[in-house]
Amino acid sequence: MWEQSIRDKSYERRLFRARAIAAAVIVLVALSCLVWRMTYLQVALHDKYADLSENNRVQIRPIAPNRGLIYDRNGVLLAENIPAYSLTLVPERIDDLDATLAFLDELVGISERDLEQFERRRSYRRRPYDPVVLRQRLSEDEIAAIMVNRFYLPGVDVEAQLIRHYPQGEAFAHVLGYVGRINQKDQERIEGDEDSQRRYSATSHIGKTGVERRYESLLHGEVGYEKVETNARGRLLRTLERENPSPGNDLTLHLDSRLQLLAAEQLQGRRGAVVAIEVETGGILTLYSNPGFDPNAFVTGISYADYEALTGDPDKPLYDRATRGVYPPASTLKPFVGLAALEAGATSWKYTIRDIGWYQLENDERFYRDWKREGHGKVDLKEAMVQSCDTYFYDIAVKTGIDGISPFLAQFGFGRDMSADVISAISGILPDRDWKRNSGRGPWYPGDTVNLGIGQGYMSVTPLQLATATAVLANRGRWQVPRLLAAENDERVVLDHGDIPDIVLKDPGDWDRMFQSMKEVITGRHGTARSLLRNLQFPIAGKTGTAQVVGIEQDAEYDSEALQERLRDHAWFMAFAPIDKPQIAIAVIVENGESSGRTAAPIAQSLINQYLGGAEG
Amino acid sequence: MASTDFSRTVSTPAQHHSFERSGAFFAKLHLDLVLFVLILLLSATGLLMLYSGSGQEMGLVKRQAIHFGIGLVAMIIAAQIPPRVYQLVAPWALAFGTLLLVGVLVAGVGAKGAQRWLDLPGPLPRFQPSELVKLALPLAVAWFMAKRPVPPRFRDLLQALVIIMLPTVLILKQPDLGTSILISTSGLLVLFFAGMSWWLIGGMIALVAAMAPVMWFFVMHAYQKQRVLTFLNPESDPLGTGWNIIQSKTAIGSGGVHGKGYLQGTQSQLEFLPESHTDFIIAVLAEELGLIGFCLLLTLYALIILRCLYIASRCETLFGRLLSGSMSVTFFIYVFVNIGMVSGILPVVGVPLPLVSYGGTSVVSLLLGFGLIMSMYTHRQRK
Repeated sequence: MWEQSIRDKSYERRLFRARAIAAAVIVLVALSCLVWRMTYLQVALHDKYADLSENNRVQIRPIAPNRGLIYDRNGVLLAENIPAYSLTLVPERIDDLDATLAFLDELVGISERDLEQFERRRSYRRRPYDPVVLRQRLSEDEIAAIMVNRFYLPGVDVEAQLIRHYPQGEAFAHVLGYVGRINQKDQERIEGDEDSQRRYSATSHIGKTGVERRYESLLHGEVGYEKVETNARGRLLRTLERENPSPGNDLTLHLDSRLQLLAAEQLQGRRGAVVAIEVETGGILTLYSNPGFDPNAFVTGISYADYEALTGDPDKPLYDRATRGVYPPASTLKPFVGLAALEAGATSWKYTIRDIGWYQLENDERFYRDWKREGHGKVDLKEAMVQSCDTYFYDIAVKTGIDGISPFLAQFGFGRDMSADVISAISGILPDRDWKRNSGRGPWYPGDTVNLGIGQGYMSVTPLQLATATAVLANRGRWQVPRLLAAENDERVVLDHGDIPDIVLKDPGDWDRMFQSMKEVITGRHGTARSLLRNLQFPIAGKTGTAQVVGIEQDAEYDSEALQERLRDHAWFMAFAPIDKPQIAIAVIVENGESSGRTAAPIAQSLINQYLGGAEG
Repeated sequence: MASTDFSRTVSTPAQHHSFERSGAFFAKLHLDLVLFVLILLLSATGLLMLYSGSGQEMGLVKRQAIHFGIGLVAMIIAAQIPPRVYQLVAPWALAFGTLLLVGVLVAGVGAKGAQRWLDLPGPLPRFQPSELVKLALPLAVAWFMAKRPVPPRFRDLLQALVIIMLPTVLILKQPDLGTSILISTSGLLVLFFAGMSWWLIGGMIALVAAMAPVMWFFVMHAYQKQRVLTFLNPESDPLGTGWNIIQSKTAIGSGGVHGKGYLQGTQSQLEFLPESHTDFIIAVLAEELGLIGFCLLLTLYALIILRCLYIASRCETLFGRLLSGSMSVTFFIYVFVNIGMVSGILPVVGVPLPLVSYGGTSVVSLLLGFGLIMSMYTHRQRK
């Protein structure tokens, strides 16, 4: 370049200087733009971003309240909360989820089932950065293994939480129900209401069935809050403020765990149900269905395989026979039909018939057989009760007529769910003319009334309904609706049973006369429950029942030996005691138990002995 | 002669004597005292912010201090080499760099879907040829333009454009849009300082604007488009790509005028701000030292850039002027793009804040660049 002239050089310099100045101006303008931008962010928008930054740092975290405990009437703990440690993941904080899961599997073992449930929980609607449970009930060793490797596991945490536990297990599975993780459906229900959305903001479990569901609102409690400072990984640095949650109310139920466990023990190996009610209060002492299941398995989430095993079991352990099992009441209906006939004037304690083993309607070929082929001979109402003479009840039922029987039976709660707080209870069927027509079965025939007379045919009841009716009977028609809840936080709960009218008989003496005939079911020479005499400690009034599983063909030989076990008759027993001042009313059904006196009645008796005597019967 | 240059820049007469003496000493070392002091100030600020931005990790700060040490040595060495050596080496350096870029495309090592590194044999670290080209391209273009008459003829400009486009396209292929734009700009800046007519400059800007849609549909990769989309509306993906920019704006805005205090920034200390020790470190400064701290830092940058432009205009050779001018403005572009991106007025491209963000390559090559500028300025052509 040095061959260029001096003039060129100075021109070059001037040109460059002009460009350098232009560049400097552009640079200064551009840098001013940056200052303007920063001033805008730091001055004009300062308040907005200060808020955002504060919200980043400080989080309001809801704290779940402790669920109320459940006790039986004697203070025995039925549902409690025990500490458990679960492994949680915040998927948003994990870059490589598969690698993290593989590493965790190496550390503590993650089963297919855990993964499957983790994926399910992840797919539920949840707030971002909420931890998702991967495994529950970690052992001390597993917790240690995770904590040691915590550095390599961002987004992974071990959370201590209280989980529901049912110390009595299977025996109370149906009546107490269980809590389970809030699922999509529960979530939708909760989100429908602003208040419950707030109350459940920290809650992971909700009552799914039984008392847990019925009294969810009492058991849940009030959510608490804490203001915490966290870093961007959601790790808690310190708590700034805290408002403690208030725990749910403790509930005391009328249930008597001694009776419940006794019922479970007595029904061992059979399918059936036991319902016992305190006559005075309507408090349910026992509400048991066999077989049961382990409710604790549902709390942490049951696997498909285990659930399949429960639903696939032919004994249907998830099915609550006590409140949802419908059976023909059979001969246990006879005390009520007898009273109906007395009220209608269709019979009296003096009226007798001669039973030759069957009954026939006028102008009808059909034979309505007595359970005793040769018949009972001459029987009055009391003897018909004691021996469970079908022919007598065919006769008085027809004389009373369906329009007399059905409304009378309705007063005892048949065909309706009378329970105050048994969430699973259903209403059974009390047939009458309207019901039959409306259900598409045509007009009511006299033959239907004949069948109804011995509790067969269209009528069906649940064990809870029969126990309720028995309690009302024992209480001489005074109604106390069956109820589970006795006290809330040790304060007695008074449940109004509404406008259910008490049953008033034209001759109140008929109550005692009926009780007397029911007493002789056990003590009488021909009593169908004479087997109880051996161990009779308290005066019991009772009635056996044999519910047919299949209709027996006309003139067919009834040979129970040839029938499959599951085709055998169901055995019923209803009873109350003591007779002069009834305290406990019971209904027992043993499916395919065949002989009430051998299967159902002794169970009722052992509960009565336990309840009244405190000693096992 | 050098000392007279310094006397012009020194403002207070009281300091005149000592400054002149140290100025003379620096002149012997072929260094510019003012620029040197400004760079040291900026480096110190950088280390201070790095300590905060890294979550008070002293190890990281020490490593960066070592990078500065290496960089300063490189700067001093680069300043000793006379400009004519650079002028001689320039075309070969670019040719070599371009060759390496081809090598990257053929046998490069990739990360995140882009091939940017070359594995060197033995103990040598991984090498990113685009770093070499960052220096080599302005050198080569300055070498090319210095031999042509000023202002450049249209024919010369076209030839220079070819020199610029070749490595640009190769880097674009890696793909690395940000670097390719920065590198081509450093070449174009040489043309600007060479006196390319304003009409042509305006025409080129119009051309680039017209090219933008073409780039969008045919050249840009999905992740690059995503960045632009996120830039236009960061709230659209608050937990994904928008997270960075939302958190950095929150950090800056919450800092206010006075800042939250050194090491007291909740956004950075509680790890809400990502990349807080690299690309987003200015947000840490703005949060903790506020608008005041930011303006002070920006003043430091402005002084460095202006000093460099001043130095450039006083270079003896055209080659030196073109090179120094281009490198000064390139330095400014780094500053502008980084702060613009962190404060949300430019899309997020991976450009570190010069001499403040953590990173060895960036620190060493920047200081080396300053060494080159000082060489252009301090060496006198005497025979």
